Amino acid sequence: MIIRQCKQAAKSLRRSHLLIAAVWSCISCCWAGEGPFVVTYTHQMEEPGNLEIATKDVTGQPGEGNRFVGAATEFEYGVKGWWTSEWYLDGQATSGDSALFTGYRWENRFRLLSREHWINPVLYVEFENINGADKSLLEIVGHDGKDDLIDPNVEARREKQREIEAKLILSSYFRGWTIAENFIAEKNVRHEPYEFGYAAGISRPLALVARPDRCNVCPENFQLGMEVYGGLGTHATFGLHDTSHYVAPTVAWTLANGTSFRVSPGFGLTGSSARFLLRFGVSYEIAQFGRATRRLFRNSGGRP
Amino acid sequence: MTTVRNAASCAVSCLVLTAALAYSQSPIERAPARSVAVTNPLERNEQARLAGAKLYARECAACHGSAGQGLGKAPPLSRSAVSEAAPGVLFWVLRNGSLARGMPSFAYLPEPERWQIVTFLRALGSGTIPANQNADSSESTPRSPLNQK
Repeated sequence: MIIRQCKQAAKSLRRSHLLIAAVWSCISCCWAGEGPFVVTYTHQMEEPGNLEIATKDVTGQPGEGNRFVGAATEFEYGVKGWWTSEWYLDGQATSGDSALFTGYRWENRFRLLSREHWINPVLYVEFENINGADKSLLEIVGHDGKDDLIDPNVEARREKQREIEAKLILSSYFRGWTIAENFIAEKNVRHEPYEFGYAAGISRPLALVARPDRCNVCPENFQLGMEVYGGLGTHATFGLHDTSHYVAPTVAWTLANGTSFRVSPGFGLTGSSARFLLRFGVSYEIAQFGRATRRLFRNSGGRP
Repeated sequence: MTTVRNAASCAVSCLVLTAALAYSQSPIERAPARSVAVTNPLERNEQARLAGAKLYARECAACHGSAGQGLGKAPPLSRSAVSEAAPGVLFWVLRNGSLARGMPSFAYLPEPERWQIVTFLRALGSGTIPANQNADSSESTPRSPLNQK
């Protein structure tokens, strides 16, 4: 009896491995041309059925603290043309301390208007379940600052941060320029006041006309931009006092096969800010991942 | 009270009808009349058509097929309705997409790149592209079972 169950388990395991292998053999890449922004969101949504896998990493050395690397791995899926859902897994490593998984985030973006306008609004809603040791710094809100980054991991990880975050994303495309502004409100579901923040960015590709030939190092594949982001205090202490702000030039390079690289050195503008943060990331988009997966399950007998 | 209720139900019905009508129309049919008058600055430009083929393979082929034959719910683009549509109409469709039907907006592409795609699309449907020069020839998107009907 037990042997039969083991054989069945092995068979189903083999079948699931075959399915996964088949999914990967059926997928094709496409252009992950989301622009050079690392912190600021635009109204560009993920194409329905596409899955983008990306890393968003940041490294820095806050004041007297140790150098750290905060990493977020992102899985972005286009559910509908007007709805994009993302799942983040966060972790960090601190020099002379430890490396740890710090939690997850689930975010959803909803495009509010079906057509293009001068300004296009998108509503962003996110649930974060991370701990105090998280250093991915995907946004700066409230009085976030360099002091939050120097606590030892063993102490910082005890603090639970279950937060709801909302953003109003406004963005426009004008003569090749992308201009975006994000207004952020965040609330810890247990305690803590409402915290606010902002991010804004402007970017442009180096060339507005595509070359006829397939190329990796050509101007149309590079985008340059500039971001500013920071905290705006809480509902009780709204303003710029004791908040951190950054200005960050950004560059994105997309290869002909769709792999995209981003680098953004961020410079702290206030005493609360870390003096320098280097953000970098890679993204790769799998075209019509949803359709390929559905087809495989249909063909494997899931549906007659 | 009854009048208010009747007016509300009438308004909801109109809204549903309008939405249904909008959904039943293709994006080309929904383009505003003024878009017909917009001309393509890259019309009949061979370089633009080749660049458009590359952009098509990168941005459109995963859904519409590498030869524009259509895949799944995405309609074929190698048909007269597309090649005979005014360039401005195709440009409007690329800019706005059709979110209800699952077509995203391509407004993030610079305007000249969108015109390059329009140049290619009009050539694709009119049959003026030699068989060995369709979107496949740019090899921007690797061949995969997804790109085959």
